[in-house]
Amino acid sequence: MANDEVILLDFWPSMFGMRLRIALAEKEVKYEYKEEDLRNKSPLLLQMNPIHKKIPVLIHNGKPVCESNIAVEYIDEVWKDKAPLLPSDPYERAQARFWADYIDKKLYHSSRKTWSTKEEDPEAAKKDFIEILKALEGVLGDRPYFGGDNFGFVDIALIGFYGWFYAYETYGGFSTET
Amino acid sequence: MATKGVKLLGVWASGYVNRVEMALKTKSITYEFIQDNLFYKSELLLKANPVYKKVPILFHDEKPICESLVILQYIDEAWSNGPCILPSDPYDRAIARFWASYVDQKWFPLVLDLLNTEGKTEKAALLEKMSEASVLLEEAFIKISKGKSFFGGDRIGHLDIVLGSTLGWVKANEIMNEMKILDERKMPSLAEWDERFCSDKVLKDIIQQPEKLVETFREFREIKKAASN
Repeated sequence: MANDEVILLDFWPSMFGMRLRIALAEKEVKYEYKEEDLRNKSPLLLQMNPIHKKIPVLIHNGKPVCESNIAVEYIDEVWKDKAPLLPSDPYERAQARFWADYIDKKLYHSSRKTWSTKEEDPEAAKKDFIEILKALEGVLGDRPYFGGDNFGFVDIALIGFYGWFYAYETYGGFSTET
Repeated sequence: MATKGVKLLGVWASGYVNRVEMALKTKSITYEFIQDNLFYKSELLLKANPVYKKVPILFHDEKPICESLVILQYIDEAWSNGPCILPSDPYDRAIARFWASYVDQKWFPLVLDLLNTEGKTEKAALLEKMSEASVLLEEAFIKISKGKSFFGGDRIGHLDIVLGSTLGWVKANEIMNEMKILDERKMPSLAEWDERFCSDKVLKDIIQQPEKLVETFREFREIKKAASN
């Protein structure tokens, strides 16, 4: 779609921002990347996401889309001629949405606890985190991707966390490999 | 699309279950409601939703779908012949999903927390947060409905169902606390939307009656007390 103005408000370490970077790359969409300082949020961010005041925010022709999984679906629907991110079958789509939501509900909060110094029971936190990863591994099975042969919605939702594993392992003192 | 083999596992009092029923009714889908018991969860529930062990669970030809917002989108996509619940424009869909997520992350948890809050100060704090949230929802309604009757426009849509399914417990709270949460002076548009929604021909028979919810809640509290004694 020529003449589209696409801006991404993001913060480089964010696993949520990464979802949008990957989705936009898969669709070969050109966009302007704007790095936010989360301790000094820009007026643009506060204007585009007044409810949560968080990144990432996708701004498409001046209109903001907030919440990363919602924005990935939006990207998939707008740039629908290339690289479908969600399966076409409704049941498979429901499964993809369920697991992407699971990653948001469980993995993120659990991952933070593995390195938080305020955590009351660090051993339980690490155990919990590993259990969640095991559940996801069970879903993946023998397939190359959660999307089957193709990189898809759940893969995009999860991959940004992978870069953080080294940090969790270092600060939490445990290994994710087992 | 065949409507055979559609079952909904749930409990009557759950707003999350109620919204799935609303979606099924909106699409004129015939289904069997299987009542579960939250104190003694069935094998069926635990097997179909091992991750969260919660209702609602929709079974379509024996295949389970969990999480109410996921179920709503599934219903819309699997029965594509009926009226659409989500808007057709991608941006409008993103907005509907955003506010549905807001209802579930912010609004409804406050409503449910209020039920279990006793102290005056704690209640006041929750009511303050609910007041802020309802102002945002009022503004969202005005913007999204664009002067029409519902969030979905002329017809009830995804966001109407998501927010509408919380109204039963909102009103149950109003009865138990003897005060107004959906105050027509502060949120006139939502108050009118509430009336229209609750009198909708298709949905009015399944909308949760607040008095019945109050009764159910009080019974539930007694059972919990007896169990802990």
